[in-house]
Parts: sequence; structure tokens; C-alpha cells
Amino acid sequence: MTATSEPGRPLRLLWLQSGGCGGCTLSLLGAEKPDLLTALTAANVELLWHPSLSEATGGEVRVLLEAAAAGDQPVDILCLEGSVINGPGGTGRFHLMAGTGKPMRDWIAAIARRAGYVVAVGSCAAFGGVTAAGGNEVEACGLAYDGTRAGGLLGANFRSAKGLPVINIAGCPIHPGWFTDTLLQIGAGTLTPGDLDEWERPLAYTAHLVHHGCARNEFYEFKASAEQPGDLGCMMENLGCKGTQARADCNIRPWNGGGSCLDGNYACINCTAPGFEEPGHAFAVTPKVAGIPIGLPTDMPKAWFVALASLSKAATPKRLRDNAARPTPVVLPHDKRKDSA
Amino acid sequence: MSRLIVGPFNRVEGDLEVRLDISAGMVADARVVSPLYRGFEAMLVGKPALDALVYAPRICGICSVSQSVAAARALAATGAVPLAANGGLAVNLIHAVENVADHLTHFYLFFMPDFARAVYAGEAWHADAAARFAAVKGDAARDFLPARAELMNLLGILAGKWPHTLAVQPGGSTRAVSRAELARLGAVLAGFRRFLERTLFADTLEAVAALSTRDALLAWAEARAVRGDFAHYVTLSQAVGLNRLGRTDLRHMSYGAYPSAEGPLFPRGVFRHRVAGVLPVDRITEDVSHAWYRAAPDGAPRSPRDPGAPPDAAREDAYSWCKAPRLEGEVAEVGALSRQLVAGHPLPRDLVARDGATVEARVVARLLEVALVTMAMERWLRAIDPAAPFIDHTPLPAAGEGAGLTEAARGSLGHWVSLQGGRIANYQIIAPTTWNFSPRDAAGVPGPLEQALRGAPVREGETEPVAVQHIVRSFDPCMVCTVH
Repeated sequence: MTATSEPGRPLRLLWLQSGGCGGCTLSLLGAEKPDLLTALTAANVELLWHPSLSEATGGEVRVLLEAAAAGDQPVDILCLEGSVINGPGGTGRFHLMAGTGKPMRDWIAAIARRAGYVVAVGSCAAFGGVTAAGGNEVEACGLAYDGTRAGGLLGANFRSAKGLPVINIAGCPIHPGWFTDTLLQIGAGTLTPGDLDEWERPLAYTAHLVHHGCARNEFYEFKASAEQPGDLGCMMENLGCKGTQARADCNIRPWNGGGSCLDGNYACINCTAPGFEEPGHAFAVTPKVAGIPIGLPTDMPKAWFVALASLSKAATPKRLRDNAARPTPVVLPHDKRKDSA
Repeated sequence: MSRLIVGPFNRVEGDLEVRLDISAGMVADARVVSPLYRGFEAMLVGKPALDALVYAPRICGICSVSQSVAAARALAATGAVPLAANGGLAVNLIHAVENVADHLTHFYLFFMPDFARAVYAGEAWHADAAARFAAVKGDAARDFLPARAELMNLLGILAGKWPHTLAVQPGGSTRAVSRAELARLGAVLAGFRRFLERTLFADTLEAVAALSTRDALLAWAEARAVRGDFAHYVTLSQAVGLNRLGRTDLRHMSYGAYPSAEGPLFPRGVFRHRVAGVLPVDRITEDVSHAWYRAAPDGAPRSPRDPGAPPDAAREDAYSWCKAPRLEGEVAEVGALSRQLVAGHPLPRDLVARDGATVEARVVARLLEVALVTMAMERWLRAIDPAAPFIDHTPLPAAGEGAGLTEAARGSLGHWVSLQGGRIANYQIIAPTTWNFSPRDAAGVPGPLEQALRGAPVREGETEPVAVQHIVRSFDPCMVCTVH
């Protein structure tokens, strides 16, 4: 039996964790306006089980999972946090689900094939993420991707009972709002393939670049660059910032009441993208060829970027030039009418 | 003798299985299984040195800043990078927010919901406890989550975001804060103090910090006209007898936490049988005799300064991905209780002198620490000089060795790094729960939880014994750190 929702009945959400850090759950607990429990109520979602939140433990959970895998317990929404672990040598023994002696991977696959919606929470569950970094000793992959390669645990053609692909709420960690927005749309029955981008990430947050709303935009415009960690200037030229390529609304939708990586004075590492965990360079250093950053802004022709950059560098106001390589501003905006008054 | 396997053991961070031998209505023996391996130490080898600051916090979503602090201190120690004074204060604040939030997440979301279990339905106190603390549905979670989210607003300003910030650096913090922002941070902290003093303690932080004996604690809880959640816990602890549950008699260890020019807020050291002592850090080793790793040819335990043992899932004589850290060859317990015993606070010392290290004492120490650390946060905030630097830019050396020792909410966390050619040549991590949930060592000595579980009562017909649940969760385990 597949999960179908008659009107009014709460959608039953099952949350599983495998090769990850649990940070997406911890981030989600920080949901604000509304808080997580209110958001669940608003989305008409009830928790069948969540490893951090639910009372049930041990045998009580094994009974639930066996019923879910057999199709006897409807699961409207399956969330996976953390990568799928296939190692060593394809056995899945690097994560045997506690109390069952069975690879977690097999539990995830069995329940995903019964679920109404399947949601990958975080970049690990979507693409493999940090767990797949280095030599990927544990053979980690995502639910429907292995890095940028379609497939993963469930296969490229996987569609859940509701006809959708795996919904990839990528991020390391997720912003709580990325999850609650998606859940509210699922609850309202309005989430369609058209709400997802080319990596099946919700457009609710990936229609933006991290660059949008960055408080350093003026420094970017005039190529006034930060030189050391903590400097105020644009971090693209020297400090590895990928905000002009990365897809997320981090500087429009504040983190923890008012922050973002860039507001914290450190680089965007493009954590919503597949493969971000292996950038091929030191994270906090911009790779360059002939002094020009390799990773230019999305959609920007290189020749135009070089031409505009040299022009804007020549036109940089003193205020930005003087402030860019400092942790606090030395020159502030000033209204000249005050001087002549 | 019968055998029980409890798993998935939830309301801990990560996946956990506990195997119990039951005899005559109690646990005769226990084996603690960490069923997940992730391989962070191998992942880090060959990476540029500062990339550790990206990967290390992602070992753990609940101890993320602790991992950052350990990594930053280890890197700084490779070349004696100075810590800017403001940066030290800012990092203490960032770290304290995480640790305090973790203590309360443990209390409200992980530990207390067990009092709502049906097994207690016949107790006079059950209805009240269930209304307040039931998982997801209880009032306490609805009060706590917004307060936690507001506390985290400190990190929006100081660290950009939580978890997984890059603000914590070897030389301090990337995020300078202005006078206006300091004022705003103070307001957020004032709001958090109000939550603690109205909801958790129903008393001032100072009054809680001044409790010095178990008798004083019980009298205080009894005398509350408005009962806060801490007093509620104290009455439940008495009713259930948590001071007789999960007892260990081990050496307690703390690396010390929250450094400053005047010394750390909580000192480094060891404590056992009423005596505090010096912690011989160089005598820490990891044993893999019962873990799924390839042992050294001579079977000797390894120093964390040396490369770690590679995984070996085929070993039949092993039962966990958790290694067995030992201090001078002995088992040690870590956590808030250990930290406060080493620091010499009279309340935990009295609790342990009377009953040993128990479930009751571990939880009391955590909440006591919430009061102590919140007051310290107010002092650190006042000490920041917005005109002075927050970060020192001294570069790391191309080669060197360093250790970063700090305290996560759940206990002692150490990173050991060696650099060659600007890259990581070796990286070893020993996490708090690796100490507490360690398997047996080569001498067959069980880890702290395995010892604490012996003698736990098992009621007729129980498959997930409630006493075992209280004991396991009293350590506030973090399995994802354990199995980095």
C-alpha cells in the first residue's frame, strides 16, 4: 500500500539518520517565526518517529520500521539526514542500524520505495556531502546522486509514490526555513516538480545566489577585496568566496536571527552544491590563473568580467578602498551638505 | 541469564546499540555498540592545514563549535600562533552558547521525556511529569525551543551561523563586533537569563550557583513556591532514586575550558576519591582490542600523536566502531560532572562523596553548569574591547605538531595534528563519548557506561528497561563524534 493522504489526516513523517553529523536536525531545532513544533502543526505533519525527538526507542522503533518497510505502516514523508553508507567493499557494514544488524542503506531503500515523498535533508543525504570527502573511504553517496552523478541509492529514475523525485534540501547544514518551507508546501499539496531546480533542490531558496543581499555587494562592485580573514571587503578575489556562484538565499533569509557566513566574515563554500566537499583548492584561498579568479560569477562572460573589473577597480571610492582590508571601517558614508551648512 | 539488545537507542546524538545480559532482575553485563563509522581522520590527511576548520566541525552537528575550537587550538599550537584577546573572548562566547544550548537540549529533549513513559503511569507524579516533559507534546519543549532559538541569535552575530561556522580561527575570531552589537548581544543574553530564571530554575542564577550540598539542593527544590523544571527534576530524581542509578567509581578528567588571561573558567585536571590532581595528557592512549580496527602488530595501544589504526570490519572479536581511550592505562569518565568535580564546585563534590557518580549527579552538574557559564558569558561580553583586534594573522608553519584540548558539553575533546609542507600529515580525534562509551580494553576492563549499567534494575517483561534509558542518557552521548 502506498501512502495517500485523505484530506485532514495529518501527514506521517519518518526521519532516519545515517552517515552524517546530525547538524541538519540541530539547525532545524533553531527554526524561528514559527518554531519547529508550530511549523509541523501548520504543515499538518505528525512525527511517526524522529531519532532525536521521539519517545519510542529500541524494539518499539524496530516494529515501526519493519511495518513501514513492508508497507503496513503508511509513511507520507520519509526524511533522510546523512549520507547513505555503502562501505566497506559495498557491504554497508560501516553502518548497521542499531538493534537490527542490517545495513542502514537497506532500511532506507525499503522504506523510500513505500513513501509518499522522499526528502534528502542536507548535502550528505542529497549528494554524499562531507562524508564522501577525501578518498570516500566509507563509499558514501546520496539518495539519488553520487556527487554530481545521477543514481545514488535509489537510482536516477526514482519517483516516490506521489510522483516526485527525491527532494534535495541541500546545504551543510540546511537553514531551518528551507526545510519548513518545503514541508509546508508538501502539507498543502502544492509542491510540484516545477518547484525544484536542476538538482531537485527547492527553488524556494535556490532561485537565489548567495551573492544576492550580501552586505559586501558594494565592495564586490568596485573589486575592493578583503586580504585576511575578518576583513570587510569582498572575499571573492582572495579568500575563496563562492557567493556569486552558490545557490541559496543565505543573505536574504538570515541565519540564527541575523547572520550568514559572509556576515560572519568568512567565505561561502557553496555547501548546497554537489561535490562542494572537494573543491580542488584550499577552501579559504581563491584559485587564480594570471591573477584572475578561476570561478567567476555565474553567467558572466570572462572577457566582460575582466574588463568591468579593471574599470571598477579604477573607479573604487576611497571609502571602499580604505575599508576593504580592515576588520572595522575607517571611513564612513558622509553627507557633504552637512559640511557646507 | 537472558540477553537483551536495545537499539536503535534514540534521543542520543547518532546511532547506538546496547547489549545487555540480564540475570536476577538486573543487568549483569553490558556491551555498548557504536554501529557507524565515518572516517574523518583519514579524510583529513593530505588536506591544506586550514581546511581542517571546514571539515572538523562537520564531525558533529551538536558539538560543532567544540570541534572547531579543538581544531583551531591544535593548528595554533603547531606554530604558537597567538590568540587575540578579543578573539579569545568571542570564541569563549560562541563555544559557551553551544555548550549551554546542548545541556538544555539534552535536559528538555533527550533526558526528561523518559519520565513520561507508560512504565511510570502508576506513579503519583506521572501525570505532571508527562504534561510537562512528554516527547514532542509536552509543554516544556514548546517553552524551550523558542528560548534556544533566541539564544542562538548570539551566534548569528558572533559566528555567522550555527552549526558549522568558520568564524573560529587559530588567531581568534573573524567577526569583530561593534559597541552597538555588544549592546544587542547583551540584550539577547538578558532574555536568555530571564528564561533560565523563570522557567528552568525559578530562581536567580546566583542562587543556583550557591547551592553547595545535596541537602541544600533538596531543601531548595522543596521550598520553591513556583517549581521550575530543575526543581521538578530534583523531585523526580528522588522519587525514582536516580542517586542510586548508573553509579561509577572512576577517575574523572577535564581538559579545562574557556581560557582567558586569568586562566580557564574551568581548570584542567583529574579527580577521584575526593582528591584533585594533574592530568598527564601525554599518557593518553587508544586501545582497539575490541573495536573494528586493525591493531598494531604488538597489540599495544596507540598515542593520538601517531597515525590511527585502519578500520577492519571483519574482526570477529570486536563489537564497536568506538575505540577505547585510556589515561595511564585506566578508564576515565568525562562530562559536566567530571568538569565540575575537577573545578571543585562543592555541590557535585558532595553528591559524589555521598552516592558516587550517578545519573542524578550527572544531570545536576549539567544544570549547575548552565548557571555558571551563563554568568561567565555576561562577564566575557563586558570584557570585549571593540577597538582592539579580534584575530591575530600570524601564519601557520609549514610543518609542526600540535594538540587542541577543549571541553564539549559532554566532556573532553582532543585533536592531535601534524603538518608537513603546509598539509595535514596526521589527524587524530578523541571525542568525549569515545571515553564514556568505550568498549573493553585489552585487559577486559569495560568502559564507563558499561560499568555504570551493571546492576541496573530490569522490571519483569521490560524490553527497553527504563533504568537503562536513564543511565545511558545521563552521559549525554554524542555518537557521531565518537565514530568520527
